[in-house]
Formats: sequence, structure tokens, C-alpha cells
Amino acid sequence: MTSLPDDTTLTDAGLAARGDGRVLVIACGALAREILALKDANGWTHLDLTCLPAILHNHPEKIVGAVRAAVERNRSDYDQVFIAYGDCGTGGLLEAACAEMGVEMIEGPHCYSFFEGNDAFAARDEITAFYLTDFLVRQFDAFVWKPLGLDRHPDLRDMYFGNYDRLVYQAQTDDPALTAMAQRCADRLGLAFERRFTGYGDLAQDLKGWATG
Amino acid sequence: MADEEDDIILADLSDEELVEQMFDDLYDGLKEEIEESVNILLERGWQPYDILTKALVGGMTIVGNDFRDGILFVPEVLLAANAMKGGMFILKPLLISTGAPRVGKMVIGTVKGDIHDIGKNLVSMMMEGAGFEVVDLGINNAVDSYLDAIEAEQPDILGMSALLTTTMPYMKVVIDTMVEKGIRDDYIVLVGGAPLNEEFGKAIGADAYCRDAAVAVETAKTFVGRKHNQLAAG
Repeated sequence: MTSLPDDTTLTDAGLAARGDGRVLVIACGALAREILALKDANGWTHLDLTCLPAILHNHPEKIVGAVRAAVERNRSDYDQVFIAYGDCGTGGLLEAACAEMGVEMIEGPHCYSFFEGNDAFAARDEITAFYLTDFLVRQFDAFVWKPLGLDRHPDLRDMYFGNYDRLVYQAQTDDPALTAMAQRCADRLGLAFERRFTGYGDLAQDLKGWATG
Repeated sequence: MADEEDDIILADLSDEELVEQMFDDLYDGLKEEIEESVNILLERGWQPYDILTKALVGGMTIVGNDFRDGILFVPEVLLAANAMKGGMFILKPLLISTGAPRVGKMVIGTVKGDIHDIGKNLVSMMMEGAGFEVVDLGINNAVDSYLDAIEAEQPDILGMSALLTTTMPYMKVVIDTMVEKGIRDDYIVLVGGAPLNEEFGKAIGADAYCRDAAVAVETAKTFVGRKHNQLAAG
């Protein structure tokens, strides 16, 4: 098993590459656990992983610069570099930057979409659902509750979430404790709760292509 | 500091001190204090329009500037907006009955597929505060919703808002439809929302991108003033 830092470290600092593979995946810290699980399950020992701080999710304007810097810092040490990000709120700028740098990225607007499968997600066309993944359930306070000031001003909750009607927990793994935690997140936001098992979705296909292509 | 503030009796302050205190109370999101101060100024004979512009809009402009400069963040702006809303609730019927000046009219809504309305609501409130009549279409508006509203309301301005990169391209759909129908130039089109920028605004054919609510008010005033001048000259 590849060792993994705790979630708080993945949120704030990310993950350094080990420097021992031919293929490097530069990913959002929120995908570290899933990518390493796929790597271990498939024996992709030639695949190395580095992660940018997952909290960039809340600051999409910083993602492109951070990805560019990571590519420039690492590309000379690997045969190939791939970017495990969707558009993630960059409005096409990350796609343009990846095309310019000649590196491939994940197709889809965000991880909620590619975990479920881009086509299936788009077909749902649900605009009143608030999504959490395994990682975001574990880091709910760091990504949602505190940045929105709900720890200090819980009365603001309905101004943020009044137009949502449910929280959809996209489960990458079967973990009853995590499901219970997700249910509590829904309760805290005053939303109905729905659990949807997605597994790794399109992420698994893309990684397989990168690792074996 | 908190104890000192607790000791302040709003009714004992002079008009000037009270307006300064209202700036502070708006900044701190103190709704009840704002409501009390608005009532005090009304009792002292202030015109509702003056309370709105000098105290509430003045205070919210400071909040907007500090948000722009990274000193305040969204939660604090929301609290301030909530406090202003309390004051507006008292003033709104009085503004209508006292015939406060009307600067222009705006139809505003969040675009199709998007349910986020915090920014839009803030713009609506600030525009009303600046003397605009605002028709708020709410969230998730398709082209027809915008077109029906501008036909019915004949506003000076159409405002569109989006929070998501996946929904902001819909603004172009609306503008393109207005062009097709030959009505694009009849209206000032302003767009806003966190993922937008000036370049995007230009690319989709909007008249202007507005970074925040205070900028939206200033931009709206400038464009409406220009439009009126053109009409006068024409």
C-alpha cells in the first residue's frame, strides 16, 4: 500500500511525489485516496502521484497557476504527466492551459460529474442538489461549514442553501460510518439526504488509460 | 470595546454621530441596531431617501470596498446585507409614498440551470437603494423568462447573474436571442457573478461586467445617464 497523509494535510498542503515512477499524475488532493487505491489495486507501480492542496476547490481562480507550476516543476523527471482535475470552476482555462502544455486532463466539469460518469451526471440535470464525495464528507467543516462562516453565523445557512432541496452523497466506497457522517451534513444544512454509490466512475477509466496507454 | 459599544445609546447621538454609528453597525451586521437608527432618523424628520443614500448605501459602499480589497469575506457581507435589508424594509413603503427620485428600472435574474442568488440579491438591494426600480425574476431563468419580463416591464437595464462556470455561457444565449429579435440595443445589459470577468462580458456581447454590487450600481448609473443624454440629444 502507498502511504497517504491525513485529510487535513491533503486539504492544506497536498502530497509530494515519490519521484520513483515513469508516469506522474498531478491531482487535486481530494482525489489522492481514490487514485492511490486504484494504483494499488491495479499494481501500477510505475505511476507516481503528486497532489495540490484540495482546498483550491474553494479557490478555482488559483487552480490553473498551481497546475502550471506543478507541471513545470515535475515534467522533466517523468516520461508522461497527466492532470487529474476536471474543469473545476476554471471556466475552460485549465483545459486551455493543459492543451498549451501538451498534457491530458480528465474530461468533465468537476469530480461530481466524472465520479458518476459524465454522461449519466449530465442526463440527471439536477440543479437543486448539493454534492459531497467521500473526501468532502470527511472534510465538510473545512470545505463548507467554516469557509461559509456557518460556524460563527449559523443563521446564514438558508441564505446559502435555501434554494437547494437535497444533499447527494456520492459514495466512492461502502462505509456506513461515512454515510452516517454525510447524513449529519445534510441535517446540518437542512437538506434531504440521498446516498448514491458511484465508485470511482470515469476516474478509473481515465487512470487506466494513462497507466496502460 | 464590546462593553463600550454596549453602552452606546443611539438616540443620544447627534445626526452625524448616528450616521457614523450606522456605518459601523452595518459593517458589523447588526440588524436591530440599524432598524432602531433608521427609526430614530425618521423621528428626527429625515427624508427616507436621505436615510437610504447617506446612511445605508453609504455604509454598504464601505462594506463593498472592503470585500473587494479582501478585508471582508462573504459571510460578513451577507450579515451587512441582512442588516441593510432590515432598514430597507422600514424605508421602502415610505420611499414610495414620498415620491423618491427614480433613476431607472432594471430586470434582473439568475440564469437557467443556476440556483445561486446571493450576489443577485445584493445587487437588487443596492440598486433599489440607489433609486432604481428592480424587477427580480429570481433563479433559473430561461431566455423566455427574460424576454417576457423586458417586454412587459420595459426596463432600462437587463441584469444577469451566474455563479457556475457551467451556467454562465447561458448569458450569451439570452443576448444572442435579443440580437436575433432586434431588441439588443434597446436595453443596457449588465452581467455579474463570481466566475465571470470583463473579457467574458465583452465576448458575450454584454455592455459591462460588474465585479460587485457597488460597481453594478455605478455602472448602471453611468449607462442610464448616457442613455438619457443620447435620447435628449436625439
